[in-house]
Amino acid sequence: MKSAVVQLPGLNRDRDMIAALTKISGKAPVTIWQTETDIPDVDLIVIPGGFSYGDYLRCGAIAARMPVMQAIKAKAEAGVKVLGVCNGFQILVEAGLLPGALMRNASLKFVCKEIKLEVVNANTDFSRAYEQGQIIRCPVAHHDGNYFADAETLKAIEDKGQVVFRYAAGTNPNGSVNDIAGIVNEKGNVLGMMPHPENLIEAAHGGSDGRGLFASALDVIAA
Amino acid sequence: MINARVTVTLKNGVLDPQGKAIEGALGALGFDGIGQIRQGKVFDLQIETADKTKAEADLKAMCEKLLANTVIENYAISIA
Repeated sequence: MKSAVVQLPGLNRDRDMIAALTKISGKAPVTIWQTETDIPDVDLIVIPGGFSYGDYLRCGAIAARMPVMQAIKAKAEAGVKVLGVCNGFQILVEAGLLPGALMRNASLKFVCKEIKLEVVNANTDFSRAYEQGQIIRCPVAHHDGNYFADAETLKAIEDKGQVVFRYAAGTNPNGSVNDIAGIVNEKGNVLGMMPHPENLIEAAHGGSDGRGLFASALDVIAA
Repeated sequence: MINARVTVTLKNGVLDPQGKAIEGALGALGFDGIGQIRQGKVFDLQIETADKTKAEADLKAMCEKLLANTVIENYAISIA
């Protein structure tokens, strides 16, 4: 499995993402810079976290409209897996690759802590290394992670099993509707999530609960 | 030259924690009787054209494509 990491001005979790992908797949990902529109032939494209273009206007709004995102959209439509974490999730909803919107945390505060996630759909390309209903640890670090969708959209994504991760009881850090932490598109090849699985993949991180996501997406045996 | 103002506001039913915080702060300053406060954004644009119809169409496209996130926001355009 070949992977790629998108690098845009203001994104700052690319180094962590490259480390996670390299350690778990045994192969370093290629990188995609903001001006590239010819996306290399890979199986997984990852948009990491940070503050792309200063998060001016709305989080992820400027990045979502760069030509590189049009090229990524075309790849996603062709079936390539796309993972967006934190700012990456915000970019994916702004680009229309995922439904809903991410708003200012209900507390109005930046949250940086560990929460717990429930794997509510273990039957996706990003979660099959986990057990259905498994509770995993995961760090979060964001100011705008409050997932919102109108009632009709919400019902549709719930009914179709598009909610992959929910904040476990009592750990919702941002006020997200239905405790939604991560969703996939209808086709199942695009996942966006606010928590940072790339920051919990080895003993030096204090745990490895995040490995399962990469093992699933990269099609390797979870360790 | 056309001067235009675009106002972007949250749709009804979308939680506005910032509006809530401002509401609380105004209450703390002693302003009574404030109902709901909703925070929005204002964009003032200068467009180099005399064609008002085209400017209106362009402004609408700008709102749909970038200035507003129509999942959560409404927009209003006014041309001076």
